[in-house]
Amino acid sequence: MSPTLVILLVASFVAASCALVGSFLVLRKMALLGDAISHAVLPGIVIAFLLTGTRAALPMVLGAGALGVITVLLVELFNRSQRLREDASIGVVFPALFSLGVILISRYASQVDLDLDCVLYGEIAYSPWDTLTLAGRDIGPKALWVTGGVLLLNLALVLALYKELKISTFDAGLAATLGFSPVALHYLLMSAVSVTVVGSFESVGAILVVAMLVVPPATAYLLTERLERMLVLAVLLGVTSALAGYAAARWLDASIAGAMATVAGLLFLAALLFSPGHGLLARLLIQRRMGWRLSGQLLLLHLQKGGAVVPVSTLERRFGWSDTRLRRVLASLLRAGWVEMEGDGLRLTANGARVLETTGRAQLAHRL
Amino acid sequence: MELSFTARNVLMGATMLGALGGTLGSFALLRRQSLLGDALAHAALPGVCIAFLLTGSKSPLPLFLGALVAGVLGSLLILATVRWSRIKEDSAIGIVLSVFFGLGIVLLTFIQKLPAGNQSGLDKYLFGQAATLVEEDLKVMAVLGAVVLATVAAFYKELKLLAFDPGFGASLGLPMRRLEILLTLLLVVVVVVGLQTVGVVLIVATLITPAAAARQWTDRLGAMVLLSAGIGALAGVAGSLASASVPRLPTGPVIVLASSSVLIVSLLFAPRRGLLWAILSERRTAARIRRENLLKDLYLQGERSGEWGTFLSWPLLMGVRGQTSHELERAARALVADGLVERSEDALRLTPAGRRAAEGVVRKHRIWEVFLTRRLELPSDHVHRDAEAMEHALSERAVADLEEALGFPEIDPHGRAIPRRRTA
Repeated sequence: MSPTLVILLVASFVAASCALVGSFLVLRKMALLGDAISHAVLPGIVIAFLLTGTRAALPMVLGAGALGVITVLLVELFNRSQRLREDASIGVVFPALFSLGVILISRYASQVDLDLDCVLYGEIAYSPWDTLTLAGRDIGPKALWVTGGVLLLNLALVLALYKELKISTFDAGLAATLGFSPVALHYLLMSAVSVTVVGSFESVGAILVVAMLVVPPATAYLLTERLERMLVLAVLLGVTSALAGYAAARWLDASIAGAMATVAGLLFLAALLFSPGHGLLARLLIQRRMGWRLSGQLLLLHLQKGGAVVPVSTLERRFGWSDTRLRRVLASLLRAGWVEMEGDGLRLTANGARVLETTGRAQLAHRL
Repeated sequence: MELSFTARNVLMGATMLGALGGTLGSFALLRRQSLLGDALAHAALPGVCIAFLLTGSKSPLPLFLGALVAGVLGSLLILATVRWSRIKEDSAIGIVLSVFFGLGIVLLTFIQKLPAGNQSGLDKYLFGQAATLVEEDLKVMAVLGAVVLATVAAFYKELKLLAFDPGFGASLGLPMRRLEILLTLLLVVVVVVGLQTVGVVLIVATLITPAAAARQWTDRLGAMVLLSAGIGALAGVAGSLASASVPRLPTGPVIVLASSSVLIVSLLFAPRRGLLWAILSERRTAARIRRENLLKDLYLQGERSGEWGTFLSWPLLMGVRGQTSHELERAARALVADGLVERSEDALRLTPAGRRAAEGVVRKHRIWEVFLTRRLELPSDHVHRDAEAMEHALSERAVADLEEALGFPEIDPHGRAIPRRRTA
């Protein structure tokens, strides 16, 4: 397998598995737990290393996984004790654990090859060469196996418990009354996040894991209202970021993980601005359209109250609108056939009166 | 202890940072923005890189300014995203954090490959190396720190409103949105000041951990800010001294562990909020409830039989509410000591004082039942369980008021007499 293909596959696997669990994190407003876990696992890795004396994959993944679960438990514990809120719980737990890891490294493992850059900011570019041997045979890059395995696990979790996850995410109360425990699902999801983070960051680095957990799901959240579509979109966006990021990194001769995160960020920015339903531009347009509609309704109401024919020249002062605004409002009302000109005056038509009735006069009068 | 020149610099820097972080962290904690500092720290990296690319120098000031600008940009992006889109704050923080940092890594690797660039001067902004603090850094820190503290002092009242009740602040006509931006800017300054000392990952702990610890001891913002600053400074002193005296002990992590220890102690032992305190007061309440229940059980037996003088046997009393012998023993011993109950072998009866005390409990129970049936119109067979709880919670005063409001009822919904209030 060519090194490029390995890197692309590993990155895509990571992107897809992060998108699957990350979508639920984003929806449950727990996006930062991934960030916390990815830092807090450090002491687990160091302890595993100190105990076994090797950088073998399994002990490290186990050590890191244990610390991931401990992180979640500690955050929950502080949170439950009601002495700290969730954000503060996260904010105090992971730096403490990370500090422990750094101290362990510099005290006991500084002479060996276990530096921070390597563990936390693991370089995806090396993943093709770190191969796994099984019974004396080279069975291919380790990262491919680990991230592929994590992806399968996450896929199985989401497919098997899709309905349960969906209901407990959007309505924990309903989930409880339907008979499946939101707490158990929460812990299951958190374990999946831990496994994902741990399985991914050694190959691609912590920062890319955090980016892939949060950014593509948040982007997808801006583009759809349906969970199924959000999951699919998040996976697609994640994989797109990975592929485009790789191309950009090759072109700039810069960090691959960094470039992937940056591309994911650009995609998010695009969705933030241009999403048809939730983008800033769409919102602005809707707001303006609402503004025009309200102006039209105000004018109709004024005509109705003012009696038969209201001279156009009085309108400008009455509403304090600019000349162009008045002209636009008038033009749209004339086009709709809700008002008609009579000399220099303006009159409500029967159609216009009906429109006023149906839009709720009381509501409009209140706004005046 | 004799400190080297470097160690003295580290000590001063860490102490200043601790105090600054503790101050600003209090506001961030109360505003539930604990992790904003984390995002700002990560967001600073591309700023550092761009500043280097533009100026080509590794002197502190331009790099510092670059970090500041990027941090401000990142924080404004978070504020804008949350305000203008459906993205929630946690996601917005995560996005800015990871994307800015990713961009920073791209720039960093790009710089590394430039002919002029080895990153050695830049990566101290990443992981924090307190030992690289020079006097110029300290001066920058001192000046900026003074500016930040002066701003907090000047806008203290406004920031307090922002932390507790921004809606009320807005109704007073205060520019809450601008204050929010001001607070975030102050946070950015502190974060950037701290980057070099403790590094990008740990900076969040210098903000939040002292504040979280201080929160356990007081409900007043002023006291909390001062205490938090004190804890932060203390952790700074501890961290720098420890790393100066023990070889291969990095400063930043020790600072974090020091303040984390203070936090744990605070969570356990702080008066009123501490977990230990909570456990103790819970046990005290449980014991009081058991005593009151025992009095009531004795009273009810007497009321039923009309025989107030008989001693009631241990097994009978245990059977009333299925308590263990041990629980009954402890309640009985306390009541005997108070002169409310007399004991003969394994049997109990009320003393006159005990009967009065028991009447108080029964009174609360029955008046509450009357209230529930009359005012809330609950059926009379649904009120007993609620009254079982309220008889231990209501104050004398509340019961007297209730009684008056109900027109001094004499009979409870089950037809039993309600004991009168006794003066003295």
